This record gives sequence, C-alpha cells and structure tokens, in this order.
Amino acid sequence: MDKVIIADNLSLSYSNNETIINKVNFSINSGSFIFITGASGSGKSTLLKSMYGALKPKEGSLVVGGVELRGVSGSKLNFLRKHIGIVFQDYKLVKEWTIEKNIMLPLIINGYEKTVTQNQVDSLLKHVRLKHQAGKYPLELSGGEQQRVAMARALSHNPILILADEPTGNLDDYSSQLIWNLLEGANTQLKTTVIVVTHHIPETMNIEYKHFHIEYGSIHEVN
Amino acid sequence: MKSIKNHLSLVIALLSILFSLQVFIIVDRSIDSYKENLATTYSVVVVSNKRLDDKAIISSNKIISEVSALTPDGVIERLNTGMTKKNMELLKLTLPKFYKIKLTHYPTPKEIESLTKNLLKNRSITKVENFSHNHDTTYKLLLLFKTVISVFSVSMFVVTILLIFKELKIWQFKHNERMSIMGLFGAPTWLRSAVLFRLSIVDALIASALAFGLFAYISSSAWVLEQFNYIGIKIVIFDPLYDFLLLLGVSVFLSIMLASMIVLGHKEEV
Repeated sequence: MDKVIIADNLSLSYSNNETIINKVNFSINSGSFIFITGASGSGKSTLLKSMYGALKPKEGSLVVGGVELRGVSGSKLNFLRKHIGIVFQDYKLVKEWTIEKNIMLPLIINGYEKTVTQNQVDSLLKHVRLKHQAGKYPLELSGGEQQRVAMARALSHNPILILADEPTGNLDDYSSQLIWNLLEGANTQLKTTVIVVTHHIPETMNIEYKHFHIEYGSIHEVN
Repeated sequence: MKSIKNHLSLVIALLSILFSLQVFIIVDRSIDSYKENLATTYSVVVVSNKRLDDKAIISSNKIISEVSALTPDGVIERLNTGMTKKNMELLKLTLPKFYKIKLTHYPTPKEIESLTKNLLKNRSITKVENFSHNHDTTYKLLLLFKTVISVFSVSMFVVTILLIFKELKIWQFKHNERMSIMGLFGAPTWLRSAVLFRLSIVDALIASALAFGLFAYISSSAWVLEQFNYIGIKIVIFDPLYDFLLLLGVSVFLSIMLASMIVLGHKEEV
C-alpha cells in the first residue's frame, strides 16, 4: 500500500527551541483513517501543523504526498497544499467572504471552471445542510455551522489527504455527528486519507481506523 | 459604511500627497512665469566712450538678446540755452554713448557678474550699470518663496508617508488573516495579494479622480484666475492631460508600493 506520510526521526520545535516532538518514526498508508490523541500540550496539533508545512522539521525527515517538507520551497509547498484539505478547531474562515465563497476557495486556487465550482459548492452546501445560508457571512452563523462550512471547504477539491485539528472540539452533538459522517464518507467513498487530532475518539465510528497516541514527545500506535 | 471608511483613510492620504505635489508644480510654474516677466522689464545699461557694434556686444555673452542705443537728445534739449547748432553737434560727439541691453531670461547673480566682466573687457566701455542691488533683492525673494513652498510640500509629503505607513499596519493586520488562510490551501503569492492590489489601485484611481476634480475646479475658478492676473502671471494651473497623468502615476506607484510592502511583510501564522 502507498504511504501518504513517512516520518523518519522527526523532531519538531517552535522558535524557543523547546523540542515538542522528539525523533519519532511512523508512516501512514494511503486511504487510512487515523486518530491522533494525547493530553493538552502533548504536541498533537504541532505534529498536524508539520504535515501541512506550517512548521518545518527541526531534525529528521517528513514526507507528505511525496514532498519532503524539510527545507521545502514555497512553490512545492503550495503544490502540496492544493491537494490537502484542512479543518481547524477555530474554523479559519475568511470573515469578509460569504460561506459560498469560503467553500469555493480551494476550487479557485486549483483553477476549476466556474460551472464545476458552482455545482460542487451547491452539492457540498446540501451535504452540510447549509444550502439556505449560502449568502451569509461566517460571523452570522453558529460555531457548529461555521465548522460545517470549514468541512465543506476541506472536501471541495477532493483532496488526497484531510487533516482535522479537533474538528468537533466546540460543537453540539448534531454538528459533531454531521462532521464525523462527512469524514467517514470522504474516507470510504473517495478513499481520502483522513488524520484527525482529537481528545476523544467518538464511539459511533463505523469504519476501521488506526489510533496513535502522543506522550512526552513520542508517538505510539494504540491497539 | 465600514468599507467606505477603509477606503477613505488611504484615499485622503494619497489625495494630500497629490495636492502638495500639484501645489509645488503650480508654484514652480508661477516662479518661472514671473521670472520671464522680470526678464522683459530688466535691462543692463552700458556706458561707452565710443560707438559700439551691436553684434560685438551680443556675442560677448550668450544671455544678451538685444542691444539698443539710448539717444542723448532729451538731455541735450534740456541743456540747450541758446547754443548754436554746431556747438550742439560738438557736445553730442563729446557725450558718452549709452546702450540698453536686454537679456534672454532673468539672470542669476552669477550670470550678472559674468556679464558685467565680459562687457568691461571691451576697453571702450567705461561703466556697466546692472542694478544688482534691486536684482538681488527680487531674486532672493523668489528663491525664498520657492524654498518655503518646497519645504512645505516636502514636509506634507513626509507626514503623509508616515500616515500611509500607519495605514499599512492596519492593512497588514486586516489582510494577514485572509492571506494566511489562502496560503494554507496553496494559493500562490499573486493570488493571495490580488485583493490587496486591487483595493490599493482602486484607492489610487479614486484619489487621482478627486485631485482631478479639485484642480479642474481651482484652475477654472474666477477668483484664482483674478489673483494670478493681479500679479501679472499667466500659467497653466492644471493641465488636464499631462498633470493628471503625473498625479495618476504617482498615486498608483505609491499604492502599489504600499501593497507590495504588505505582501513582503506578510508572515504565515504558525
């Protein structure tokens, strides 16, 4: 099976030089569903950031989608990010854009045609049950609705990899379930690799998944 | 309303730069025109003990445009108290010859000094009256006026640039988040900054259009034209093509520079 992520002796740290992740080794198969858990401050979000190139490896190597992220150039990183969908705990929606335009963003960046873009956005809005809110701005929506918009944006361009950082952290049960269903659907129907950083793995998961746990800067698989 | 307010801050800053630039241009044109006026009324008087060749005088310095002999008839008339015609002719011959020299432009003090020296090289010329004291006073006044306006324009320019830098910080804060989000989905720099450049160019166009309206109004205002006529200056206050293109160019250049600085100063959030 193809490896979508390979970490080899990977160490991560912020500018204060304190090592958060220390010489970890792991690989993730293409099409798998992964949960990464750990206590607050254990480095799970830091690891996720490194996977989309927001934090460069301090030591070792991290290859995502065939791109080595240590010393990666801006254009190569842009190329990689075009094939990744990211969901953040704080949604990261552009406040001055309508939710329709927010969902369109990856499609515009990837150069999709206008009609394709519109059809895809319409279909996603239906999936996240926000069709009637298309023209609204993010701040006019509830937290759960904003996260559903962020989810639709992450799925819009059929990425090879979805990275989600505590996607249901602040959400009500209805929105949380909708998010998990969408992530499961992307994994089972589109064979998208999904990596979710979370405190709790939902009990309602209907698919096979792998579970990694981070503690004291190390990562290990939980059986 | 918020969007208008956002536009206004840069538009006003750009407009004040364009205003100070155009005022400087108007003052420069006025001083040039005033100098031309002065050149037509200003002349140097040369006293010679022999009749002089006009061409020789003109060739002695390149700023001489015209030489005319001053006739002593008026003076002799006043002295005529029963003199015979023969004596009058004799007196005419013994009187020194006076020449009035017109110049191509209003000279600088250095040019006057050089002109005087060149003329005095001719041994027949005994005196050159250049009215240097009057000339110096007028010339220094003109220079002072120009310097004051230049200092005013430059200080207005500097203050406005400082305002623009403050605006830059606000813009940086405002656009950083959007640019970062776009970057997270792989948008290249040109796409991330497209909105910013579009906004700044729109602001530059608005500022130029407002400056055009303002100076078109000023240049056709009866009161302004009357003031210029009063001091005997005839200038183009605002050239709708040349001046507008200059203002537009400056305004677009400044706003593009502002947007570029924001793009270059952008840091991705970690």
